[in-house]
Amino acid sequence: MITQWFFTHVDRRGGIAIALLVAIALLVPLSNLLLPQTSPLHIPTYLVSLIGKYLTYALLAVALDLVWGFCGILSLGHGAFFALGGYAMGMYLMRQIGPRGVYADPVLPDFMVFLNWKELPWFWHGFDNFWFAALMVVLVPGALAFGFGWLAFRSRVTGVYLSIITQALTYALLLAFFRNDMGFGGNNGLTDFKDILGFNIQAGTTRSMLFAATALFLALAVFVSSFIIRSKLGKVLVGVRDAESRMRFLGYRVDRYKLFVWTISAMMAGIAGALYVPQVGIINPSEFEPANSIEAVIWVAVGGRGTIIGPIIGAVLVNFGKTYFTAAFPEIWLFALGALFIIVTLFLPKGILGLYGSWRTKLADRAARKKDSAPPPVAAENVHLPEPQAAE
Amino acid sequence: MKAQDTLLYLDGVSVSFDGFRAINNLSLVLQTGEMRAIIGPNGAGKTTMMDIITGKTKPDAGDVYFNGEVDLTRHDEAEIALLGIGRKFQKPTVFESHTVEDNLVLALSGPRSAFSALFHRQSANEAERIEDILYTIRLNGKRDWLAANLSHGQKQWLEIGMLLAQDPKLLLVDEPVAGMTDAETAETAKLLREIAKTRSVLVVEHDMHFVRELDVKVTCLHEGSVLAEGSLDFVSNDQRVIEVYLGR
Repeated sequence: MITQWFFTHVDRRGGIAIALLVAIALLVPLSNLLLPQTSPLHIPTYLVSLIGKYLTYALLAVALDLVWGFCGILSLGHGAFFALGGYAMGMYLMRQIGPRGVYADPVLPDFMVFLNWKELPWFWHGFDNFWFAALMVVLVPGALAFGFGWLAFRSRVTGVYLSIITQALTYALLLAFFRNDMGFGGNNGLTDFKDILGFNIQAGTTRSMLFAATALFLALAVFVSSFIIRSKLGKVLVGVRDAESRMRFLGYRVDRYKLFVWTISAMMAGIAGALYVPQVGIINPSEFEPANSIEAVIWVAVGGRGTIIGPIIGAVLVNFGKTYFTAAFPEIWLFALGALFIIVTLFLPKGILGLYGSWRTKLADRAARKKDSAPPPVAAENVHLPEPQAAE
Repeated sequence: MKAQDTLLYLDGVSVSFDGFRAINNLSLVLQTGEMRAIIGPNGAGKTTMMDIITGKTKPDAGDVYFNGEVDLTRHDEAEIALLGIGRKFQKPTVFESHTVEDNLVLALSGPRSAFSALFHRQSANEAERIEDILYTIRLNGKRDWLAANLSHGQKQWLEIGMLLAQDPKLLLVDEPVAGMTDAETAETAKLLREIAKTRSVLVVEHDMHFVRELDVKVTCLHEGSVLAEGSLDFVSNDQRVIEVYLGR
């Protein structure tokens, strides 16, 4: 029953990805916690956190793919939703420090004492409760995306213009969060976290559990994305991507469909940020940096947009590359990233997964021709993308 | 003539873009069940007229009524589509990365809200209607094809099929036979005459041969207003029509 329900909403590739993610959510913590350090299969804690960080990026990439790959909304500001989710989690973690801070104030975080503040700003109330913070992780990015999208999509801002204002959005938030009187720790952001849900945030077990949570949330995001894309709503979204005015003349309120998927995507990005912060131990305004959002676009492009799974591969691969190159040849990393983007745009317009897809169709085509029967012209997967169109 | 007895009623409609009068005091009336062909040289305002009827462009002046009572200038594209006006574009516009069948599923009349679409399940009735349309547009053997892989003529037909799925009272059809072979053109004329038995149709077309096959009343537009109206023979013998359009 449940498996049947599952497979009506997820294709084979999505099912494999979900199964793999659930498996690593179990196996990586087990290997880290149970195997002796001498074992070749033992995964050291630093690596668990590193991969966990990559998986939060992958979650951001899946969120971005949902709007860009399937609905044609190129957001160059998705990092803003990621960072807002991260700040919501960071605020909870700050409140958990309690009197263990440098100034030992039972209520006020250190930076507020340092700024000579006497009481907690109103928007910090409630963040001592994990579930309140967890709610804000999705509500704050969701509300911002809803308001922003409501204005932008109703006014029919599309294409390059929309991309530019998303970029402006994240840049405006960057400047705002840099200010000390915003009340989010200014330049230094939020850090020195002690524990989460009562567990020491530095402990190996906590790290492993955070990793498992990330992998499971990523699996959930794959499921939610698949559910949306395989529904009639998903078909409408792809229709909007390919021929927006046609969709309107069929009687669909295009702006509402965009608003729906845009808000869902922002919430996913918020969850990604919330999982990122406890694993890296800090959140500061540099997360709003426009370059971060553009990098996320590159992950999706490299993995293959409009494929759900591709962005995960893209995010993990590019970030492994980044970790390696920035350590081994720090001066060439940005060149490598730039070259990667050019290569993908020129030679792999559908990304790594698209390359795999077209290779498979080619094989099927050859096999069909051998049998001398006309090949069905349906591509194996939904990777067909129209040529990028200029804004109207 | 009074607006309430008509299906489509345009009176004194004008619109300009940057000082250029695309539509100039245009008046046109379509009866329920009527098929009308619109001809005219490039820039005569044919496509702009369709934009006004479907809500894409708001006129600067004039009345546009549908069904005798609905003021179309107060509604947007989606609302007008739901009122029962379907539109076929000049360039065939289908959803290329969807299959033929999914194109029809999206067009099929029914609830249009995002929530209902998320949990939509196809009913037996809907499946049957899609089957009928696939048969009508002669694409039943290609239902699983991606629309991108159809020939130009087949895309035109699929788009007409999508209009049928929408179940409109009025179809606006912009150059349906552009780029079609002679055989396809003849088939399309047949299809449109078939459709016109149950709905009203407004066809914009350059192909005089095709217009003759439709065998309906013709309106010739020029510089944004009506130049001549009547049977094809009457219009094509009009001295002014010959001068501006049919060629000297």
